[in-house]
Amino acid sequence: MTTYNEPPTTNHEPRTRELAIRWLESEHLVFVFTAVGFLVLWPVTPGLVTRQNLSNVLLTLLPLLVLACGQTVVLITGGIDLSACAIMAVTSVVGGLAMNGDTGWLAGSVWAVPIGLLLMVGVGLAIGAFNGFSVAVLRMPPFMVTLTGMMFFGGLATWLTRSETIYNLPSAFNALGGCLPLVATLAFGLALVVHMLLSRTLYGRWFYAVGQNTRMARVSGVPVSAVTFGAYVLSGLLAAAAAILYTGQAETASPFLGQRLLLDVIAATVIGGTSLFGGRGKVVWTVYGVLFIKLLDNSLNLLNCTYFTVTMVKGAAVLAAALLDATRRRWLEVGT
Amino acid sequence: MSALLQFDGITKRFGGVPVLRDITLALQPGITLGMVGENGAGKSTLLNILGGNLRPDAGRMTWEGGAYAPTGPADAEAVGIAFVHQELNLFPNLSIGENLFLTRFPRRGRWPVIHHRAVATETARWLLEVGLTAPPDTLVESLSAGERQLVEIARALSSQPRLILFDEPTTSLSERETRQFFALMERLRARGLTMIYISHTLEDVLRLSDELAVLRDGTLVAHGPRAEFDVDRLVTLMVGRRLDQLFPARQRAPVVGNEPAVEERPIDPRQAAQVKARSGTGTVPRGPCRPLLEVRGLTRTGVVQDISFQLNAGEVLGVFGLMGAGRSELAQILFGLEPFEAGSVSICGRPLVSPRPTHCLREGMAYLTESRHEDGLALEASIAENLALVTLRSHARSGTGWLNRVTLAAAVRSIREAVRLTPTARDDAPVRTLSGGNQQRVVLGKWLLAKPQVLILDEPTRGIDVGAKFEIHQLILQRAEAGAGVLIISSELEELIGLCDRILVMRRGELVDELSRSKFDRERILRAALHERSAT
Repeated sequence: MTTYNEPPTTNHEPRTRELAIRWLESEHLVFVFTAVGFLVLWPVTPGLVTRQNLSNVLLTLLPLLVLACGQTVVLITGGIDLSACAIMAVTSVVGGLAMNGDTGWLAGSVWAVPIGLLLMVGVGLAIGAFNGFSVAVLRMPPFMVTLTGMMFFGGLATWLTRSETIYNLPSAFNALGGCLPLVATLAFGLALVVHMLLSRTLYGRWFYAVGQNTRMARVSGVPVSAVTFGAYVLSGLLAAAAAILYTGQAETASPFLGQRLLLDVIAATVIGGTSLFGGRGKVVWTVYGVLFIKLLDNSLNLLNCTYFTVTMVKGAAVLAAALLDATRRRWLEVGT
Repeated sequence: MSALLQFDGITKRFGGVPVLRDITLALQPGITLGMVGENGAGKSTLLNILGGNLRPDAGRMTWEGGAYAPTGPADAEAVGIAFVHQELNLFPNLSIGENLFLTRFPRRGRWPVIHHRAVATETARWLLEVGLTAPPDTLVESLSAGERQLVEIARALSSQPRLILFDEPTTSLSERETRQFFALMERLRARGLTMIYISHTLEDVLRLSDELAVLRDGTLVAHGPRAEFDVDRLVTLMVGRRLDQLFPARQRAPVVGNEPAVEERPIDPRQAAQVKARSGTGTVPRGPCRPLLEVRGLTRTGVVQDISFQLNAGEVLGVFGLMGAGRSELAQILFGLEPFEAGSVSICGRPLVSPRPTHCLREGMAYLTESRHEDGLALEASIAENLALVTLRSHARSGTGWLNRVTLAAAVRSIREAVRLTPTARDDAPVRTLSGGNQQRVVLGKWLLAKPQVLILDEPTRGIDVGAKFEIHQLILQRAEAGAGVLIISSELEELIGLCDRILVMRRGELVDELSRSKFDRERILRAALHERSAT
């Protein structure tokens, strides 16, 4: 039976809503917010704009960006990776166990750093592949797979080290995470690669298609399972990269690395504008989101707010971003 | 005697397409009205208006002499109208009793506590009435389809309605259950309940109804006492003649049977390589092979049964059938979206082993799905992204997947022109902002870009206006003239008769008739689709 509603064209929508949607859809909104926020906070926040502070902020911001890029890709396919930070912890610990100068498996070897790095990347890829297999092939809900992954791998990292941090890592390794120009090159390089992957390649288009309409993608010949699998593997790989940077920066491998980072990763991605419903997102947006969340974090810290206050404010910001996403979606649905 | 329900000039359009035109009909109390019409004649729309799910664009309804303008299903229930739908609207995870009383549980006094004993006794009473011997606390998911239909009827009855509407209530029933159901209807009729009965099984409608109404293209073409009708007259009335639709002329005859191919041009290898580079599916156009597509004994229990047919190069083959005949399911199986249990599908003699959409595309198949919103388009994505999706691989460097934006843009531009997409829409505009006709051009365009050898189209012109329809028909024929085999599924018999070289008729998952163009006969096709046995 032809009970079919033709969607009205946009010019039928009221003008105010049209304007509101355009405003909500403006991709640089978050950047403008961050820039204005920075300028406002500059005079009132002691120590915000000092060489020391800014370089510290940048050093912690860059690995977060790498981690958030992986999250962006997974979210675009309509999934979520809650285990990203746990992957980081396991990767860090494995690297530490392999490379440390006291009891490390590779202690003293000239090949300690390259093999250690390969090992870390391998662990990230393997856990990502496990997540991807569970979601794409076994068709388990991403939320469940990665939530339990977060618990399991978080626990594994603690168990592997008996809950202790590992010191005495090779100095060549520490330089990787501690030298700002090097970290910046690596992090922005990776972000650029992901950006290019998403915007200029076949696989990028496939990530979006799967997130926008999975069934349509399948009918149109997109290898949906492989694409979904790939998103989680990529997320695992980028988590390993972030772990390398963070571990080198701290000069210690710790099972608690990134324990409090999950909120920041999701927050940065979602505040940037990547949709939790899938099919929408950009690396540039995530860059904005990371800047925003770091500004919030750092300025509140400098204003002597406690960790708990900062968390509360961040939580509220993420909720606001999610509300924006849902509102946009609701309005678009009314228009269809 | 004053009418219980009166429709007065009811008119409804969907996006400019009229689906109900000036329906005026009075229903006397105690009468069982049988309503028949082809798919898309407007029956469901009329029911939806009566049930408050849709509002008419013009006209009004009266109920027992008073104005009746429902704004939702609750209004219909309030005056005493109950529906028994073809698609079962029960909660499988709840018990029979809970399903019956979901919106009006008997309470213990004024406390918000369900009176479970009252639910059980009341439910048992209604189950006795419909002849279902299951305890009221049985979960609906453990019942058979037929038993669920009885629960649905018990639910309708338990609201003590004045009017019950049955929309294809017997499709999921076994023969024994159908007999039981008819006996129940007789009992309800004897008790003086007013009913509207909609079915494609004309014999049943004739047997159960006091009056009949025939809808065709949204118009009420006949209404009168049962004595005035028989099956033949009903079919004639349902078919009618429609003159407002034109079809583009075929330029060339298709390759049918064992006649020599009209155009058996040897493939120039250089040209083939070019096409391969462009088409994306990596399909080298083969010389016309016969048959292009061969389906043998395709079976999936309860869906399609022993389907065999051939599709030749340049041929437009139609598949007609009523709702639930298994047409779309057949297409989904052919394109590898659903599994099958027995039989084979081969293209140019090469069998498709466990087909999947990616394989089928590589073999030169394309499948335009029934619902452009559900699985045809990404509505939020741009026109260009939607158009390019199927053929994207051909613009990517192998390995890195780097897209060649120049060839990609050129392909989008060429297909936009070919399908005559509205030039006012920018390439980066979301598809959501387009009209239905233009959205359909995008879906068709994305498949045509792949230059498919076997093009499967499921309701290619549903819900679009006449002008866009004509152009889409032209595009389909152009593809056939370029040597592709086209399989069209449509609920519109006119469309198939206007376009096809051959029509297959499906009923209940089986192929029941096949007609070539010279033997097209609307009545025979409809009869085959409607009847238990095809009239040959």
